Amino acid sequence: MENMPLLVLILSSVVKILIIVHMLIIGVMVMIWAERRVSGWMQDRLGPNRVGPQGLLQPIADGLKFMFKEDLIPNHVDKPLYVLAPAMLLVPALVTVAVVPFGSSITLFGYEIPLHIADINIGILYILAITSLGVYGVVLGAWASNNKYSLLGGLRSSAQMISYELTLGLGIIGILMLTGNTLSLRTIAIEQGAYPWQWNFLIHFPAFLAFTTAMYAETNRLPFDLAEAEQELVAGYHTEYSSMKFAMFFMAEYMNMIVGSAVTVTLFLGGWHFFGLENVGGPVWSGLISFGIFFVKTAIFLFVFIWVRWTLPRFRYDQLMNFGWKFLLPVALTSIVVTGTLWIMTGSRLIVGIGNVVAAFIVVSIVAGLLVMNKAPEPAIQDDDSRFAPTALDAIE
Amino acid sequence: MNPEQILFILFGAVALIGAIAVISFRHPIYSALSLIVTFFAQAGLFVLLGAHFVAAAQVIVYAGAIMVLFLFVIMLLNLGTLSVKGMMSGKLKGLAIILGILFAAEGIYIAVNALNDTAVASAEPTTAAVTTTTYDIGELLFSKYLLPFEVTSLILLAALIGVIVLVKREGQEEN
Repeated sequence: MENMPLLVLILSSVVKILIIVHMLIIGVMVMIWAERRVSGWMQDRLGPNRVGPQGLLQPIADGLKFMFKEDLIPNHVDKPLYVLAPAMLLVPALVTVAVVPFGSSITLFGYEIPLHIADINIGILYILAITSLGVYGVVLGAWASNNKYSLLGGLRSSAQMISYELTLGLGIIGILMLTGNTLSLRTIAIEQGAYPWQWNFLIHFPAFLAFTTAMYAETNRLPFDLAEAEQELVAGYHTEYSSMKFAMFFMAEYMNMIVGSAVTVTLFLGGWHFFGLENVGGPVWSGLISFGIFFVKTAIFLFVFIWVRWTLPRFRYDQLMNFGWKFLLPVALTSIVVTGTLWIMTGSRLIVGIGNVVAAFIVVSIVAGLLVMNKAPEPAIQDDDSRFAPTALDAIE
Repeated sequence: MNPEQILFILFGAVALIGAIAVISFRHPIYSALSLIVTFFAQAGLFVLLGAHFVAAAQVIVYAGAIMVLFLFVIMLLNLGTLSVKGMMSGKLKGLAIILGILFAAEGIYIAVNALNDTAVASAEPTTAAVTTTTYDIGELLFSKYLLPFEVTSLILLAALIGVIVLVKREGQEEN
């Protein structure tokens, strides 16, 4: 990259940014379509299939509908923050993708163009920093709406995001210890080999599970969508939003999912590597193929997102906090200790991988045992049933 | 002016405007938001210095975690707009004036010194700033600064335990 003329550098960067941002936006549309179709398939119904072949143009119709809807700003809201909030959620989702390497490199006109927008030394920290800002969009939108349901949703979401961010950060540290002396996502992707057993998710299996779960919580997806639990909070933090502002919240959620999947693929699933497809077809095609591999891996991961959403019910709030602090966090912490110790002692990735799983199993058993032992006895049911208001049933009795 | 100087002025200006906004806004939420803007601009200044790790840590710790808790508390307590008149009474006013004069003197002293010091005034901004990597920081933390590092972690641990002791009232069973 250093020997590239400035003009080529700028031009290639602009082209890459344009392609990636547009792929993200189109990806959001495809995801919305996929979510509705897959949920339809899982629930044995059709889903949208009228607009275009297989309903593929449905997101465009939805988008047009959003644009032509009245952009309502209620009277009782805090207007500057109300307008700002959707953008504050959307922008972090968009800029995170800058450090994700989405392929090896393409050689065009004699210049080797690496397939990422920016390869910075603190890549992972950048991602953690930017995702931690996403919470402001939710919290400010909730507060500015001046609506009790919105505020409750925002408070829930901020508590949840802060709790799970810890696991998100700790889950990565094991990888960093085994990867050279940099936090660059590109290096992490390169150091994982072409074969699945060389990828990080097997070496750090408990950390992988903890990280993925924390990411679901960060994106406010089911089973962690307490911020917008329809049955309790109408629509949570975006209750008061309409038209494109609501669409921006919606887009941000899906964009976070896509970027989160891309980051997970880079960190744990070998990035753009896949055995047998390395260096196929010369300098241009191999770059495109590596991009294709990355794309397919991300798509599979996104499908799992939808799959989980339509499989698991929502957590209750205390379950959410217990799960995050008493299971995920200890697992992530143990993984750091075990990875470091075994790596120094043996230097074998196989032993580190086995040790991680065993240690995580032990920790989960201990925590579960402690929780069962310390469980307070169920409060005795009072005889007079004073906890319940008299109902029609009592009258019948 | 080279690009770095332009960026320095940009980030510096944003940091200053944000800092002024913190104390100018009547509403605590807007003040907290302005503080976040200032933190962000400071992170930009750290990047210009080549301290990428510190910049990221600044955003993660201050903008990402501490300020969220600030907002959280402000929202939960539902603080209204603050009136300056009510706060500025008697002793506080005197203290504010004294501290203000001290701060102004300090600022003037630094500015005059910097202008007279030819080494600073004529120094060319180093265009190739040395970028410290996380690796360098880690190595320093675990060798040269091991004791301060461990002491800091102990202090944080003490704070953690203190919070738990304060929150858990006596005789209260865990649910």
